[in-house]
Amino acid sequence: MALNQETIKNLSTLARLRLPAEREEKILSDLQSILDWVEQLKEVNIDGVEPLVSVTEGTAPMRKDEVTDGGLQRELMMNAPEEIQGFYVVPKVVK
Amino acid sequence: MTDLVNLTIAEALDLLNKKEISSEELTKAHIAEMEKGRVLNAFITETPDLALEQAKASDEKRAAGSALGALEGIPIANKDLYCTKGVRTTAASKILSKFVPPYESTVSQKLKDAGTVMLGKLNTDQFAMGGSTLTSYFGVTKNPWNLDLVPGGSSGGSAAAVSAGLCMAATGSDTGGSIRQPASFCGVTGIKPTYGRCSRFGIVAFASSLDQAGPMARSVKDCALMLGAMAGADDKDSTVANVPVPDYTLALTGDIKGKKIGIPKEYRLDGLNPDVAATWDKGIQFLKDAGAEVVDISLPHTKYALPVYYIVACAEASSNLSRYDGVRYTTRVDGDSLDEMYENTRTDGFGDEVVRRILLGTFVLSAGFYDAYYTRAQRVRRLIYNDFIEAFKQVDAILVPAAPTPALSAEEMKNMKPVDVYAGDVFTTPASLAGVPGLSLPIGLSQNGLPIGLQVIGKHFDENTVFQVADVLEKLANFDKTPRRVKG
Amino acid sequence: MYTIEGKTGKWELVIGLEVHCEILSNAKVFSGASAAFGGEQNTQVSFIDAAFPGMLPKVNEYCIEQCVKTGMGLNAQINKYSRFDRKNYFYADLPQGYQISQLYHPIVGEGFIEVTTADGTRKIGVERLHLEQDAGKSIHDMHPSKTLIDLNRSGVGLMEIVSKPDMRSPEEAGEYLRQLRAIVRALGTCDGNMDEGSMRCDVNISVRPVGETNLRARAEVKNVNSVRFVMHAIEVEAERQIEVYENGGTIRQETRLYDSDNGETRPMRTKENANDYRYFPDPDLLPVVLTDEYIENIRKNLPELPEVKKKRYIEQLGLPEYDAGILTADKDTSVYFEAAAKGHDAKKVANWVMGDLFAYLNKECLPITKSPVSAENLGALVGLIEDNTISGKIAKDVFILMIETGKAPAVIVEEKGLKQTTDTGAIEAIIDEVLAANLDKVAEIKAGKDKLKGWFVGQIMKASQGKVNPAMANELLEKKLQG
Repeated sequence: MALNQETIKNLSTLARLRLPAEREEKILSDLQSILDWVEQLKEVNIDGVEPLVSVTEGTAPMRKDEVTDGGLQRELMMNAPEEIQGFYVVPKVVK
Repeated sequence: MTDLVNLTIAEALDLLNKKEISSEELTKAHIAEMEKGRVLNAFITETPDLALEQAKASDEKRAAGSALGALEGIPIANKDLYCTKGVRTTAASKILSKFVPPYESTVSQKLKDAGTVMLGKLNTDQFAMGGSTLTSYFGVTKNPWNLDLVPGGSSGGSAAAVSAGLCMAATGSDTGGSIRQPASFCGVTGIKPTYGRCSRFGIVAFASSLDQAGPMARSVKDCALMLGAMAGADDKDSTVANVPVPDYTLALTGDIKGKKIGIPKEYRLDGLNPDVAATWDKGIQFLKDAGAEVVDISLPHTKYALPVYYIVACAEASSNLSRYDGVRYTTRVDGDSLDEMYENTRTDGFGDEVVRRILLGTFVLSAGFYDAYYTRAQRVRRLIYNDFIEAFKQVDAILVPAAPTPALSAEEMKNMKPVDVYAGDVFTTPASLAGVPGLSLPIGLSQNGLPIGLQVIGKHFDENTVFQVADVLEKLANFDKTPRRVKG
Repeated sequence: MYTIEGKTGKWELVIGLEVHCEILSNAKVFSGASAAFGGEQNTQVSFIDAAFPGMLPKVNEYCIEQCVKTGMGLNAQINKYSRFDRKNYFYADLPQGYQISQLYHPIVGEGFIEVTTADGTRKIGVERLHLEQDAGKSIHDMHPSKTLIDLNRSGVGLMEIVSKPDMRSPEEAGEYLRQLRAIVRALGTCDGNMDEGSMRCDVNISVRPVGETNLRARAEVKNVNSVRFVMHAIEVEAERQIEVYENGGTIRQETRLYDSDNGETRPMRTKENANDYRYFPDPDLLPVVLTDEYIENIRKNLPELPEVKKKRYIEQLGLPEYDAGILTADKDTSVYFEAAAKGHDAKKVANWVMGDLFAYLNKECLPITKSPVSAENLGALVGLIEDNTISGKIAKDVFILMIETGKAPAVIVEEKGLKQTTDTGAIEAIIDEVLAANLDKVAEIKAGKDKLKGWFVGQIMKASQGKVNPAMANELLEKKLQG
């Protein structure tokens, strides 16, 4: 699978990263070599093999429908780069 | 006077219980060591005042005859991935460099409840991504055996601190080898338990289906004591197992006669480093001397573990790291729009390796490539898992090297291509993918006098056998854990 | 069949609805914070909801139950095995940078809702129902250059109900939405409050010339928050698409917003490739597996569905379909009605509810749950008519007093002395008076003008201030006239 600059740009957008040109070049070359390296997985016969999502066996443990958490406005704001009266703040989003 | 920084935990507990030493003395000695050892850059945050406070409280408990924790008064340190309430937790990144968690991780809380004293937060590769600590925002940690060498990673700070005696034990985390490989590079002992043995709640997530908390210490018994306190069910983590935690020290019987230990042929790589090969052979001989039966086995899909690991781990990481966005608790670099702020913040806040892995992860999950890469990798993962299940029908444990080389130099690693760096995880990633426990302990030295560790792998939730076999190897190897550099 | 006449011919609409219903539960779907509406900003938020480092989700069992109940209300297949997947995208009110949802294995599969319109009754297919997290709220109008984020809603359980593209008219879509709302309210799984945002609708609409069978590109009109707006959005978007096609253009798949002020749809600003959600199974959660026993237990205890209730009202209570339809359209109405009708004539009670009560509530813009007249009291009022304590006419006055005072009807009748007279003697006396005062009319009746009898009853009622039972008055008048 050959990558190009446009792929890197698209991936960066999806991941909300914006790399300067030289970093983009280096990443492109690194990712290309990693992708070439993982190609070897195509050798493996996976017919009839189910994907493994979690090593933990069993089914989802459940919680009871009780309110056990909340009232943490101050703690939630403690590390915030910006807050206004207990709200988080971001640049205005235009729809 | 007892050399307070060269005791094992077991020894220290004995002296504490006999009131021959106090936790305050023990802690002060380690604080002094921490200061002397700053050249290693093992700590990101030192918490000597907190430690002394906790030590004094522990001594008071002992004096009052109150119920004591299993590790009462023992000074340890936590890898800076464990959220510690009120103490900065950075994941060795710029983006979390100012983050002070308002909560405590389950495992570090259990260690607190067990009576330990916290000396500080230890250096790691950024977001646990790496095998050297070179990716840390706070600089590389130095290997106590040779300051030009890396301690391994990602739990490099933990390994170095334990090796140099800056703390009696440390928590680490292991996703693809991050406890076992640095243990080998620094000549200490570390175990990645079965996936689901310990809770992941409150530990900065890298790859959710692989991350495991584990201890690093200077003996198998110390690791057993630490794991006993760390392990157990947690109703906050849905992937943790509801399996009771035994007293792992009871497994250290010293007798492995008749135990079947598998030696997988696929780990005997072409061109394997001769020191590593020689140490492995030494270990195999030790097993035979101890009366165990050495069995040749095959784990046919071993070589695919590395690419599978990188695809799966990076895919999960690309999603786990999306929360670091400049809104609620990270650094922030402003922008004219929301997306610009995200891009500025994340590009500024993440190092190169993190960016590389996020982009790789994003790629393998993206439309059109998901089946070819991610789903395929998950299916090969099941084959790797099945290999171990099959093998464990024949044997009780497996013995392999922990790393393909002794510690490498920082200079050399800085210039290595990513794929070559990743190759360092060749012996550790298979057990990670299968979720089986793996313990790394130092067995011998390379020709250059550097430690080389071997890895004992066991069945799911059979840490008992892992500890039992490792304990016997430890005694037979009689490895002097004091870093040569320190001895001069 | 509903069609739109264009320049080049008739066009047909293909409509599908994706409805998000906030689950009624105490706590959120993956954390223990409260799921209640309102609350000061960021006070109903757990570190899990705010996606702090190291936080992990855990499933709220009750949210699973609510999904199963709703699935049963949709006549749908309940999937015993389901799983959670991460839907990855960035937005300020999505703290994790992904939403935990279900793509590959939803908890509920195919079902249907029966929808009745002027064109008849049709089954509208439901594709699936899956469980996911709601996002927080972005507030754009509290600051000139910043958006404020409140995460109280972040992590509240949502049921996403996806219909098949079976609807063909705005009316059908409106009715589907009303039915769905009635079902979730009857089951108690969602309060269906579109203006509070606990039920939101995305409309998928495409058009095609009548006779064409393939599906053309569709527009997704997001977050339309009333039935009326949904129907109007469909109309205007269909017209817009037809115009584009007839002018030689093409429609490409896109997301649009409905602007209720201008009554039109407009495109949403989205980035290129913004829709690659990179779904993958969430490694922090294990699969949900339901047993037959669990499912059957829920089915046994399921509250009565609107369709079933309507049938019961028709068959057992003898109500006409029209009445049954109105009284079962909303759970609160049916609860009120049944309480009022206990021990009384169902049709009479139905008339009072749909007539006098609704008239008052509509005028005051009150929901039936805030009615000043309790169901028991309304029933009692009907009871007083039934046992001839008061006349129907007087009852209307009593009703008004009941609204004003909240008192029971019997109390008001007593206080105001409104009881009907049944004392034959007293009534006869009044009749005698009226007859005596109108001898000329008596003569006319005797001569054959029967219609005047009604006039006399009216006079008797007037003379008695309405307190005479009209039937009795009639009877006694008749006797007097004969004798």
